[in-house]
Amino acid sequence: MTAPGQPGQLAAGEPHPGMPTYLGMPSFPDAARIAVADSQLRANLTHATHTIRAKRAGAVAELADWEQLRQAAKAIKDHTLAHLDTYLLRLEENVTRAGGQVHWAQDAGEANAIVAGLVRAAGADSVVKVKSMATQETGLNEALAADGISALETDLAELIVQLGHDRPSHILVPAIHRNRAEIREIFRTEMPDAPAGLTDDPPALAAAARSHLRQAFLSAQVGVSGANFAIAETGSLVVVESEGNGRMCVTLPRTLISVVGVEKILPSWRDLEVFLALLPRSSTAERMNPYTSTWTGITPGDGPENFHLVLLDNGRTSALADPTGRQALRCIRCSACLNVCPVYERVGGHAYGSPYPGPIGAIISPQLRGIADPVDASLPFASTLCGACYEVCPVAINIPEALVHLRAKVVDAKREKNFSPERVAFTLSGRVLRSPRLLAAAQRAASASRRVVARKGRIRLLPPPLSGWTETRDAPVPPPESFRAWWARTRGNRS
Amino acid sequence: MSTSARDRILSRIRTANRAAGQVAPADADAAYAALSREYLRAHHDAGTNDITGLFAERAADYRAVVERVPESGLPAGIARVLAGRAAAASGSFVIPDGLPGEWLAGLPAGITLARDEPPLPPAELDQLAGVVTGCAVAIAETGTIILDHGPAQGRRALTLVPDFHLVVVQASQVAADLADAFGRLDPGRPHTLISGPSATSDIELIRVEGVHGPRNLHVLIAEA
Ligand code: SF4
Repeated sequence: MTAPGQPGQLAAGEPHPGMPTYLGMPSFPDAARIAVADSQLRANLTHATHTIRAKRAGAVAELADWEQLRQAAKAIKDHTLAHLDTYLLRLEENVTRAGGQVHWAQDAGEANAIVAGLVRAAGADSVVKVKSMATQETGLNEALAADGISALETDLAELIVQLGHDRPSHILVPAIHRNRAEIREIFRTEMPDAPAGLTDDPPALAAAARSHLRQAFLSAQVGVSGANFAIAETGSLVVVESEGNGRMCVTLPRTLISVVGVEKILPSWRDLEVFLALLPRSSTAERMNPYTSTWTGITPGDGPENFHLVLLDNGRTSALADPTGRQALRCIRCSACLNVCPVYERVGGHAYGSPYPGPIGAIISPQLRGIADPVDASLPFASTLCGACYEVCPVAINIPEALVHLRAKVVDAKREKNFSPERVAFTLSGRVLRSPRLLAAAQRAASASRRVVARKGRIRLLPPPLSGWTETRDAPVPPPESFRAWWARTRGNRS
Repeated sequence: MSTSARDRILSRIRTANRAAGQVAPADADAAYAALSREYLRAHHDAGTNDITGLFAERAADYRAVVERVPESGLPAGIARVLAGRAAAASGSFVIPDGLPGEWLAGLPAGITLARDEPPLPPAELDQLAGVVTGCAVAIAETGTIILDHGPAQGRRALTLVPDFHLVVVQASQVAADLADAFGRLDPGRPHTLISGPSATSDIELIRVEGVHGPRNLHVLIAEA
């Protein structure tokens, strides 16, 4: 286990041991250029994200107090982070009292070793898994495979990714880059028991997944999950899902292992009244997701006989030490910010080189992993700073603010190392400049950034596409309104 | 190893919070109690709205089959629904402990019931025609049914593996909104929140019904 660095420092020298960058992953601009040229990918993403955007807006508009819910969620999360040590100890005490066992993992390697040891102790050589960001982050499946343990992903989209020998590209819908026709092809070629004559009708595809996984659920000895929330006051865990595969994984096996980031904690049971109002509407645009499971330790005669909670740090305490960056730890992984992001829509999730794509990925990955790797260093530039992500975020994470802050850190690191943010920024900006709509967004962002980045009327670091300029010289503060915006306002509507 | 990892994570948290200028007040509980919560306790006032009707409408939005029946008509309703299911699927219906006997008073011949005693193995649950339960609480605002797996509900696997779930919701169990509903629950129990039949949004972000949980959810709301 590598000793973690000092909190508060983005380790510029050594790569973070916790979340491996996808092997052979090009940095964001290179990956983005390839992805943008893939018209099928763009069509799939545009279709899916536009559909969900409109629906989310409707689901949110239904609650007159959305903003109050959002502010309460922010306040609860900030409070919890400020008292994180207290609440973690309380959680540990209550889980233990209810018959569970709590383990602590400083990084991915420790977490994976704990899980592998528990699976072996249960006498099993396979596990069923419900989609969990934490175990994607730690690369658990690969680590278990190296130990001779097979992990079966049971979430439909994860199954599509696993069968397609692919990588997840979205937090909630990891196979969002695949359309129904592609999914049918993957099932037909990779799923031995796929029904003959399988069509690309989504219910037919869902039914094929149901029968494919049924036997595995019924005979599983060990289940592995994450959790959306962990309640300190009671020791309860909460898993929010749609398909019922989560219920299967947390109910049927004799042993359940849940790997949970330390920031997933909530102080008390009643906080669910806030977070379960915000999460489903933000992620799948539903009033409520089909299934939510809660459990507290062991219940004799109902569900697993052994319950293990693995609490995972893996860079979170480094993020916690950053006064601006720590707000990313409020994230409840709803993926609303991905679905509204003009950059994500064009490049897809793979270009971000981590399990966390889109706006949240651009601020969380460099904090969890540090910025030694060019992939991570390029991520804070993977945005036009248009602000749509901040607007939709149910826990009010100011993603543009965090991006600008992290960009400054990358530039500072460059002074020490010989890293070139302007190369990164210019490659991305070439693409933005080819798109009138993105350019308009970037210019709006530049205007909006006056207050954020200007010092004494000069700007030291502009967002792309303008950052290449300010990297070597200061720029005057931009006018409050770009020419493009002024033209649109004063003349544009005459034609 | 585990103890030292624990101590190091806790100490990193304390150092990080100090570094970020978060000098937290010593009493976390007092600070928690003082957090401002300006959101509504309910989005529909139970005094002026038909909360039961709202629940029925919103549960049906998820493509559950929802019917409102008078309390006295419940046995006949259950008999009718089970007869319909039995015509489409073979196997028995499992009945959890604590389900009121009078609910099953009117069952037609040919409908077989099973008990979860001793506990049925998963493979047998998979052969059942369905399961009949009550519930703990329901939420009108979101059309959600909450099981706490107490009397009349059975352990969690019972309402998970069979492909058909008939659930009886009594009007008095319907809470207007999340805050009221969570206040009625005992966090120490396991819970399943059910909002419609099993579904997925994993193909092109469109909700389609029918993956691993019961694909058929039938709700009878019993009103006094
Ligand atoms: S940053 Fe906000 S919008 Fe994005 S996934 Fe996290 S909670 Fe959702």
